[in-house]
Amino acid sequence: MITPVTATPIAAPQRVPLVELRNIHVAFGGVRAVAGVTIDLYAGEVVGVVGGNGAGKTTLMRTLSGARPPDSGQILVNGQPVTIGNPRDAKALGVETIYQTLALADNLDAPANVFLGRELQATTTLDDAAMESATRKVIGRLNPNFKNFKTPVLRLSGGQRQAVAIARAIQFNARALIMDEPTAALGPAETAQVHSLIRQLKSEGIGIFLVSHDIHDVFDLSERISVMYHGRLVGTVNKNDVTTDEVLGMIILGKPPTKLTRQELAELHG
Amino acid sequence: MGVSVPGEATTEGQPAPPIRSFVDAVRSAFAPVTGVLRSIEVDTRMLGMVAALIIIWVSFGLVSGGTFLTARNLWNLSVQSASIAIMATGMVLVIVSRNIDLSVGSMLGFLGYTMAMFQAVWIPQSLGLGLEQPFTWVVTLVLGIALGAAVGGIQGFVVAYGGVPSFIVTLGGLLIWRGLIFRYAQGQTIAPLDTTFQMLGGGTVGTRVGALGEWPSWILGVVICLVIAYTLIASRRRRRRYGFPVRPMWAEVLVGAVACGVVLGTVWVANSYPLPPNVAEQVAQERGIPVPPGGIPTGVAFPVVIMLIVTLIVTFLATRRRFGRYVYAIGGNPEAAALAGINVRRTIMLTFALMGSLAAISAAVQTARLDAAVTSLGVQNELDVISAAVIGGTSFAGGIGTVPGAILGAVVMQSLRSGMVLLLVDSPTQDIVVGIVLVVAVGLDTVVRRRVS
Repeated sequence: MITPVTATPIAAPQRVPLVELRNIHVAFGGVRAVAGVTIDLYAGEVVGVVGGNGAGKTTLMRTLSGARPPDSGQILVNGQPVTIGNPRDAKALGVETIYQTLALADNLDAPANVFLGRELQATTTLDDAAMESATRKVIGRLNPNFKNFKTPVLRLSGGQRQAVAIARAIQFNARALIMDEPTAALGPAETAQVHSLIRQLKSEGIGIFLVSHDIHDVFDLSERISVMYHGRLVGTVNKNDVTTDEVLGMIILGKPPTKLTRQELAELHG
Repeated sequence: MGVSVPGEATTEGQPAPPIRSFVDAVRSAFAPVTGVLRSIEVDTRMLGMVAALIIIWVSFGLVSGGTFLTARNLWNLSVQSASIAIMATGMVLVIVSRNIDLSVGSMLGFLGYTMAMFQAVWIPQSLGLGLEQPFTWVVTLVLGIALGAAVGGIQGFVVAYGGVPSFIVTLGGLLIWRGLIFRYAQGQTIAPLDTTFQMLGGGTVGTRVGALGEWPSWILGVVICLVIAYTLIASRRRRRRYGFPVRPMWAEVLVGAVACGVVLGTVWVANSYPLPPNVAEQVAQERGIPVPPGGIPTGVAFPVVIMLIVTLIVTFLATRRRFGRYVYAIGGNPEAAALAGINVRRTIMLTFALMGSLAAISAAVQTARLDAAVTSLGVQNELDVISAAVIGGTSFAGGIGTVPGAILGAVVMQSLRSGMVLLLVDSPTQDIVVGIVLVVAVGLDTVVRRRVS
């Protein structure tokens, strides 16, 4: 049996975490998708959330974004316990999410998607011009070549659609950002754009949970890495204290680096 | 990337499938036209529908020896289209949000019957106020619309909060509301209706005519033109202020001119239809004037006025309000809508409530026209309404469809029916033709859309 390591092995900073998930449980029917996971995120920090398929990364993040409230456990924002029952609650707390599926309404144009659920209004009618203007500004930051503000996002390329999804998350002064596989569908140039965006957002003091399959992305961008295995947290490690092999060991074998044997590490390399 | 450009014909080396090469040929033939269309920013599908309508009208005009295109026939056509068109505006929103309402015909019957009871039995007898009270028609209409919203809202509640598929809920509704009419009407026809209420149907009672008459019709036309002009100018100003690209001035003027031309042309046709001679004589007598040589113009019929108001309101809801934006978002991607914090259930329930109140308005028009409520009122209307929406470009895949498109769809359907009646085509053949047109229209649209995206 694997014993979950809930305490982070690194010296915890004295500041209050921006977001804290404590002892989160989520079950689908009899399947325990997330079982007692505790992780936290500080302002201006990127925490990589990694694990194999079905490790529970996305489910854990969905409890924070309000898409699937946890069955039990506590969520704290700035040290205050909060209840996130739906996506609106999360957004009101400054927690924005970029879903792996992007969650775009394909039949609507970019401004409508960016402001979906939070439309700007001129008295009681939609202010499309104001929304388009703001969208031009925010997407211009991400992709200066973006021109199609009036076409349904269905007709945009993968990178442009990604830009719309990211624009939606950063338009509203997010404090914490959840990025679920933000570069999975992108080419090298677009991936580089997203990387530089993440660094920029980090420097603006936004905390980011970066969910990814790509261990190199995670090493590139994050300060700390939380590894999940079969719904449990294997551990959270400081990037500078570990090697990619050790993290791979955590992902594949579900054991923290201290418990990995030399032999197991060797076996990882076949 | 991935966006097809006109002229970027087919994949290299592969022979194009016949249907594609045909579409390509049509495309390249119309290349200069599409260039103009692009700068006007007019929906090309809408234009296709207008073209289809013109073809239908001209063909029937030729075959019928001109009868089809007389003011009299077009006026009747407008009145016949109105009640279906009114409901089609709501059906667009229902279908756009990936639902369906099969119960509109039965709801219409039930609501029409109830409204008839209000004015023929409950207000005059149960309340003892007597017939022909000045307020009867308003009270009846308002209560009818409220009841319609409630009836539709109940169905919407079961769909949205109960999670029962709308096809099933409204199929149940189709049986339930019709059954209720038969149960309580016992086969009786409820008549006569309030004479003011009857005006809503566009008919005539004595010297009272269910139409605007000459000058009010022109005024209505001019007002609509002013609204069109204002909308165009305001939107151009707004885009200018933000420094967005605007379409060329000539395109702006062209769009405005065409829209106003259609409006004023419609008024002109309605005014070219004179009142029947006996009615005209009575009206002239009442006004103390001789009957003019050309007769007294009828003007735009009240059902058409109602349809215009409904179109305006529903278009406003669909395009200028959050409600409409949410309906389209839900149709495009329900999960994304929910993740964006939209109250999906409430929005869906509201589309059904709106559908119910529109069924009430159509019920008022139809009962007023008949001067009675009969048990068969609205039978099979759901099919006409759904066909109108679908011919008008509403997609069952959700997220796509426009209110003006549905109005055009209703007019296309009614034109086919009315033209065939004029040519003495029997009713089964009419159904066959309308059925074929429905399938072909949607089939063509699917092919073109697949090509575009």
